[in-house]
Amino acid sequence: MTELVATTPGIFPLPDWAKDELSDLKGHQKSDLVSGDESEAITAAYDDVRAELIETQQDAGLDRIVEGQGRWDDNLAHPLAVHDNVETRGIVRYYDNNNFYRDPVVTGPLTESGDVADELDAAATQTDGLQVVLPGPYTLAALATDEQYGDEAAFLDATAEFLAGEAAAFPDHETLFLLEPSLVTDAPGDGRDAQASEAIDTVADAVDSEVVVYPFYGALDEKVYAHLMDADVDAIGFDLVSDHDANVYNAQEYGTKSGVALGVVDGQNTLVEDPTTVRERFDWFDGQVPSEAFETAYLTSNTELFYLPVNKAVAKMETLATAADLEEVEA
Amino acid sequence: MTREQLRPDDHPNEHFLLTTVVGSYPKPKWLNRADELHEDHDHGFDDEQLREAHDDAARLITHEHERAGVDAVVDGEMRRNEMVEFFAERIDGYEFNGPVKVWGHNYFDKPSVSSEVEYDEPWLVDEFEFTAEAASRPVKVPITGPYTLANWSFNEAYDDEETLAYELADLVNEEIGKLVAAGARYIQIDEPALATTPDDYAIVGECLDRIVADIPEDVRIGLHVCYGDYSRVYPEINEFPIDEFDVELCNGEYEQLEVFADEAFDPDLALGVVDAHTAEVESVEAIKENIKRGFEVVPPEQLTVSPDCGLKLLPREVAYGKMENMVQAAREVEAELDAGEVDVGFAGTAATADD
Repeated sequence: MTELVATTPGIFPLPDWAKDELSDLKGHQKSDLVSGDESEAITAAYDDVRAELIETQQDAGLDRIVEGQGRWDDNLAHPLAVHDNVETRGIVRYYDNNNFYRDPVVTGPLTESGDVADELDAAATQTDGLQVVLPGPYTLAALATDEQYGDEAAFLDATAEFLAGEAAAFPDHETLFLLEPSLVTDAPGDGRDAQASEAIDTVADAVDSEVVVYPFYGALDEKVYAHLMDADVDAIGFDLVSDHDANVYNAQEYGTKSGVALGVVDGQNTLVEDPTTVRERFDWFDGQVPSEAFETAYLTSNTELFYLPVNKAVAKMETLATAADLEEVEA
Repeated sequence: MTREQLRPDDHPNEHFLLTTVVGSYPKPKWLNRADELHEDHDHGFDDEQLREAHDDAARLITHEHERAGVDAVVDGEMRRNEMVEFFAERIDGYEFNGPVKVWGHNYFDKPSVSSEVEYDEPWLVDEFEFTAEAASRPVKVPITGPYTLANWSFNEAYDDEETLAYELADLVNEEIGKLVAAGARYIQIDEPALATTPDDYAIVGECLDRIVADIPEDVRIGLHVCYGDYSRVYPEINEFPIDEFDVELCNGEYEQLEVFADEAFDPDLALGVVDAHTAEVESVEAIKENIKRGFEVVPPEQLTVSPDCGLKLLPREVAYGKMENMVQAAREVEAELDAGEVDVGFAGTAATADD
């Protein structure tokens, strides 16, 4: 009997009042974005954002609650963008989207910063069922520019050690989601694929929670998937919205972990799915993969939700929660 | 030739390098204030008062283009808020759900196509008629292209974005028909989305085929694209049914110019000769050198001179300075061409190109 867990990969759209208030407080230019030492007024605004995003998820009925990452101006590059030994330079495209972030250029050692832990400490006082979201090491390294470590392998290891250090400082939580879109869009070649998997182990070893690696914007190359199966994690994700066939093929050919995370709701389109459709997507995947029942299936939007206007992001959360409950009702 | 009809009666030189702009221009601060007052329902600044403010601004900026000497002018898009939103508000089938992040605290009211798109009221005919009435020079009409309107929206209603783009192309064709009936002779299709997804050039080509269907030959159709990797769309754009292809290139110091020099360039080239994202006004001498780079791709008869992109993000006096210097530079290059003093690329063989 599979436990269906309704969740999201985090990075929510700011509430509309906060878009206005924070752009007034901070400004519109590159240099105005978060640096890790915000003023009291800005910090207070983000505290309000966090409380609202947590309440929104609780109201929607999600099983795992994320901090919401309202402060993550640079999306998944945030943990580096606020680091003391990182300079943020030009505005660069965020994957194949009409979105942009500041290029984080690593110019010194990636020491522990505690930036994400501070957010989570605040979130942990407001909710149970906390789920932590971080970029996976391969993705974070791919989004950044290295001027410190010299070669790709050393930089990936350093990024993994950095994330492990951040994760070790986190408060108690249920689940750690490591988002790895770059494993799909910028697939590692021979040798690098094994190293990407080891880098994930480095981060996973730092926490006691369930660890989910979630690649998206398509499906992993077969070899990358095969190496990822070697990683010591509890679940691997499949973005069924952008490419269900290639994803299910990987699962059929190489098996899955005891848990899976399924991107079953489109995080980049305002069309709100019907909960029964979402449930059918899970059933389809479950039926295609010849294995014993998954212990856990995380039902999630396939991407972060910041691509959407607020009303649609909330509707998607409600859809996920309802879809997961359908299973429980019928069981 | 669709460009000769744009040559002013009092043009001083034998050669004619058509000067124009891409479209948007900084709004006067008072117009932004008027837009804000109109949005704030406590103020009682009503639709009629806003229309008057837009009329005043459109007249002012059209004349500002004329004062700078630009041959084919626009109203600086004074009535438009954003290049997708403006059209989405006028096309049935679109709805707005709220702003989405582009980067940092910059947002875009990205619309959703929630049902079949349909043509309702004309989009730009009033704007064109007003500008044409105010102007003593030919007026160019920029229209956001169907591929960009599809690509920069959420698609809830169609099986794929390609189908939506073609449906929108048919609507653009209908609008151009009305503009032409109202007297428009110079239309520019803006497709910045092509730069981010260049592999879709065939979709853009099919859209353009639909856009120009049954449009008279003497109507000049331009295509504006900016900040892309042109090796991925050239030479394919030679097959597009357009009279003019407008690109930036000044911002990239003409690094990509050689892409276009590779094979005979079929449409006219509208070359960006001033940078739309630097707040310094380029000197006339520097702009003349930029113009002459265009002769590496096309002869003078095929060269249009324009800024890289819309000027709306610049301080207004800088935008004006760039237009004024651009026009002066074009006129000086024309005089040099008349005198046979330019020997760059296709300009060096201008005599045979004329024959």
